[in-house]
Amino acid sequence: MSASQPLVTMKGRKDGLVLVMDEMCAYDALIDELKEKLSVNRHFYKEGPMISVKVQTGNRYISESQRSELVAVIRSYDHLQVESIESNVMTSEEFENKRIRERLTPITRIVRSGQVLSVEGNLLLIGDVNPGGTVSATGNVYILGALRGIACAGSSENESRSVIVASIMKPTQLRIGGRISRTEEEPMDELKNDHILECAYADPSLDKIVIDRLQTVLKRIDLPVLFAQP
Amino acid sequence: MGEAIVVTSGKGGVGKTTTSANIGTVLALQGKKVCLVDTDIGLRNLDVVMGLENRIIYDLVDVANGRCKLSQALVKDKRFDSLSMLPAAQTTDKLAVKPEEMKKMVDELKADFDYVIIDCPAGIERGFRNAVAGADHAIVVTTPEISSVRDADRIIGLLEQEKQITPPRLIINRIRQHMMKSGGMLEIDEIMNILAIDLLGIVLDDDVVIASSNKGEPVALNPNSKASQAYRNIGRRILGETVPLMTIEEKGGFLQKFRSLLGMR
Ligand SMILES: Nc1ncnc2c1ncn2[C@@H]1O[C@H](COP(=O)(O)OP(=O)(O)O)[C@@H](O)[C@H]1O
Ligand SMILES: [Mg+2]
Repeated sequence: MSASQPLVTMKGRKDGLVLVMDEMCAYDALIDELKEKLSVNRHFYKEGPMISVKVQTGNRYISESQRSELVAVIRSYDHLQVESIESNVMTSEEFENKRIRERLTPITRIVRSGQVLSVEGNLLLIGDVNPGGTVSATGNVYILGALRGIACAGSSENESRSVIVASIMKPTQLRIGGRISRTEEEPMDELKNDHILECAYADPSLDKIVIDRLQTVLKRIDLPVLFAQP
Repeated sequence: MGEAIVVTSGKGGVGKTTTSANIGTVLALQGKKVCLVDTDIGLRNLDVVMGLENRIIYDLVDVANGRCKLSQALVKDKRFDSLSMLPAAQTTDKLAVKPEEMKKMVDELKADFDYVIIDCPAGIERGFRNAVAGADHAIVVTTPEISSVRDADRIIGLLEQEKQITPPRLIINRIRQHMMKSGGMLEIDEIMNILAIDLLGIVLDDDVVIASSNKGEPVALNPNSKASQAYRNIGRRILGETVPLMTIEEKGGFLQKFRSLLGMR
């Protein structure tokens, strides 16, 4: 292998380091060169603030175990932390998971007492969730209607970044990732139509589910772009 | 071929039997051939409300088990020739009849009657399954209380899964206007917001209803009672007429906006 064509190219950026990796060579050779390069330049990040590292593997597929190895190697240098490992390639399984995660399932109905509606991915319910009814999605829950029952977002994978949005937010219970919150409303207050267009999200700093006006929440978090099933 | 209407609610004591008896009576008053069916096996009381208890010889379980013919079990009303009743058994339990058997009986009745009104027991188990098995339409009865509305919602969800039944219609029973005004009871529009089905009518809480039931005379026969007027209007709406809300229904003014929901279909 010619030394003139480096396998790992380090680029310094304002917001951290970018490591561009050759996509043709053997993976082991890549790791060897990565260790070597990081050692040679170690005086740059021996001390001072943490430097975030983005790894770009181009058209090379990186498995879960390779991913962890890369992270371990980079982390072994005190002031480096991995921000992301980007690859253009994913397995069909990963692709399928991503497709489900980003999918939006629109459903028009009323979820009545005793009924459970659950979807993989994100739910767009056009209709109400009545007291005693439950909706759940592995991703986000969007309700064009009144939420008066239970809503669970990020249900399967403990995805605490999921949100619950409703035209009228009067839930008896909300669950996001592993967190559960109850509302302290009187049963009769549940039936009023205030609390318009609110969004519930998990705030890790408070370790709580927080409800706020959707417009306010949008200023703090990015709602993902979703794709309706064709 | 007549049509079968099940009167149901989920919760007990909200007025299913009272509603069944009065709807049957007003339809008979309008000249229709009506058969009331009591499916509350083990807790029958439609016969008492109709004042027909002493005429019962056979019951619905006897028909299902082949101990008598359907026509032998029918009890004729003492006031109207066109009104009959198929009583429930008092000594067995709900498991004595299967939904298929119930449907067969109702189908047979539909051949002879314009309307078959099925009084459903409380609950969502076998008794409910039996009662809805042969029904073409459903009326859900609720009172303006949270628990009753919650159960009505549950029942509507179950009815919506019964593909042979048209979308259920709602009767709000035992309305006490002073409680609604003071905020102690659910408002009609709050109930309609939740249940989101067509409103067939509202019936005020009226002591005459209880007194009439005790006498075995459905209140609909008493033209001076407000509840009677409400049942007559409900009967006419079932027959397809567009009946505006009457004065007592309008008293609070809260029904004005539901006018468009009434008597459709
Ligand atoms: N509109 C009304 N006003 C006053 N009492 C009523 C009214 N409707 C029903 N009732 C009373 O409520 C009780 C329960 O009614 P019932 O028809 O037997 O209920 P269900 O069949 O649903 O168990 C009875 O005592 C009945 O007389
Ligand atoms: Mg009853």
